Amino acid sequence: MPLADARAICPDLSTRPTDLAREVAALASLRRWAGRYAPMVARDGSDGLVADITGVPHLFGGEADLRSDLHARLERVGLSVESAIAGTQGAARALARHGGGILAEGELVQGVGRLPVSALRIDHDTAEALSRVGLVRVADLAGLPRAPLARRFGPALVLRLDQLLGHQPEPVAAEPDAPHFGVRMTLPEPIGLQSDVMAGLARLLDRLCSKLALHHQGARRLRLELRRVDRGTVQVEIGLARPMRDPDRIAALFAKGVDEVDAGFGIDALRLSAPLPEPMPPEQIGGRPTVQQDDALADLVSRLGNRIGFDRVLRMMPTDSKIPERSFRIMPVAWSEPVSTPSSRGPLRPVVIFPPEPATHVSGHPPTKFRWRRMRFTTLRAHGPERIAPEWWFDDPAWRSGLRDYWRIETQEGARLWLFHTPQNPDWRVQGEFA
Amino acid sequence: MILHDRVHRPPPVGPFTLLKARVHEAEGPGRRAFALFQTLRHPGPVLWVLPEHEPRRLMPRGLPEGLGERLMVLTPKGETDLLWCVEEALRAAPVGLVIAEPQQPLTLTAGRRLQLAAEAGRTTGLMLIREGQGSNATETRWHCEPVPAATADSTLHYWSINKNKSGTTGSWTVDWNGASAAVHMVSEARQRHEPADPPR
Repeated sequence: MPLADARAICPDLSTRPTDLAREVAALASLRRWAGRYAPMVARDGSDGLVADITGVPHLFGGEADLRSDLHARLERVGLSVESAIAGTQGAARALARHGGGILAEGELVQGVGRLPVSALRIDHDTAEALSRVGLVRVADLAGLPRAPLARRFGPALVLRLDQLLGHQPEPVAAEPDAPHFGVRMTLPEPIGLQSDVMAGLARLLDRLCSKLALHHQGARRLRLELRRVDRGTVQVEIGLARPMRDPDRIAALFAKGVDEVDAGFGIDALRLSAPLPEPMPPEQIGGRPTVQQDDALADLVSRLGNRIGFDRVLRMMPTDSKIPERSFRIMPVAWSEPVSTPSSRGPLRPVVIFPPEPATHVSGHPPTKFRWRRMRFTTLRAHGPERIAPEWWFDDPAWRSGLRDYWRIETQEGARLWLFHTPQNPDWRVQGEFA
Repeated sequence: MILHDRVHRPPPVGPFTLLKARVHEAEGPGRRAFALFQTLRHPGPVLWVLPEHEPRRLMPRGLPEGLGERLMVLTPKGETDLLWCVEEALRAAPVGLVIAEPQQPLTLTAGRRLQLAAEAGRTTGLMLIREGQGSNATETRWHCEPVPAATADSTLHYWSINKNKSGTTGSWTVDWNGASAAVHMVSEARQRHEPADPPR
């Protein structure tokens, strides 16, 4: 039914757009939760789950109790669901979408017989063609000879019918779970020495790193949780300059954090997890000297970043803007790749830039004499002007004074300064220094 | 051990070559230009350690070509972290040059620690200090000033070496264009004492 028709029937209808990505995520988490009922749970379409509960119901007291337990738990979290238990996957799916219920052993044909043919997972055209010849219910199809049916409506219909009735096998194809990068270790006696914790950490790191290597992943952050005997938990977290899975190099970064831990009466459990894995294909290591140098530099960035913060280890990247303040971008080294600065053409740029500072006692245009930072300057030579217009699509408070005419001023005192004049609000400011 | 080490160190080539695996100091208003000149003479990654609150930042488009991609800027909070960063960077072998701008006077202990770190990592360091805030442990100390030029297409610098542990002092006026690793020496203009020989 189109939305306009629905609104015409019920003017107070509250609607909101579908968020497919979040729906898929919600279904995935529901699938994870449904693992409590069966080892094999698979997604079924965009709105269903199929679980293979062979050998499971007696743990919940029978099929009826299992189903009522499932409904009760989902109702408690506010989900209204429909479910069915049947001998085949096709029958359970068809029944769940047409009323739900439980089909006992041997009642399969009678149970699904009353369902419409569209419950067979066939396309709309086939269902319509079937209803045109008077085959409306599944029971009408079940008794018919297969060969003419396949010739007229295609093999897909027969396959679906056989799967529904159990003549063809259809296992539950559960997709593999995403690997979880976390390892833990519980100790029979509490430990308190730093060397003991580091030894335990080394064992955990070996296990975690081999798991990361198996999945071609590298850790970007690592979190070590130390549980004390008094049930308190201490966390030590480190970041890495790039994806890494080398136990020795990672262990060295933990040393400072572990040193600061208060062990209390002792630590009896360690848990190490990599919350932010990144793809890291296997590569030849220790070969070329540049690889070793890159590794050493990444280690240095990791060490620096873990002490002063990764947002303080920076790299400057050129951007496409004529505005001096925005002609470069500052990025953390750990999250960016070096970009070469394009060879500069056009007017010279200063090596040092700072927020504009007023030049006072200016005489002449360009200034022949001015004061800046309480120093007097006399102009020896002036190059310019270079006019830079503000970018109208950004509202930059520093550029509200309008156009700027930049001058490179060589002074008799030696300093080579970058001054600008704002003709719309007459004023002189100093913004940079040349080498 | 250290004395023995010093005997076998080759003498620097040219007046502006900084001795490898040592920490040097530069002061004066032109010290950043001197540091940029030195980055061109040191291949490999360059680390520039700035205090967090320093408003005078480097501008990539004005830097010598090729420096932007090998430059890393560290902005640690506080003087202790700054010195720690410098020491850690000096200890790392792949770094070509470490430049730092400490805000407080360098103590002899700090200067000595930096020298030991530089020797351990075979890395050169350059401290851009304020006037008279250096440490006695430095290998050389330079005074740098920009000089007004007589012609329009030259950028003159006055670089003098005030302290040198393994060499002599001296002062030069050079013309460095800000892009190459070479400089032009500028001879001093002075009065001629005796008449020149007549051409033969």
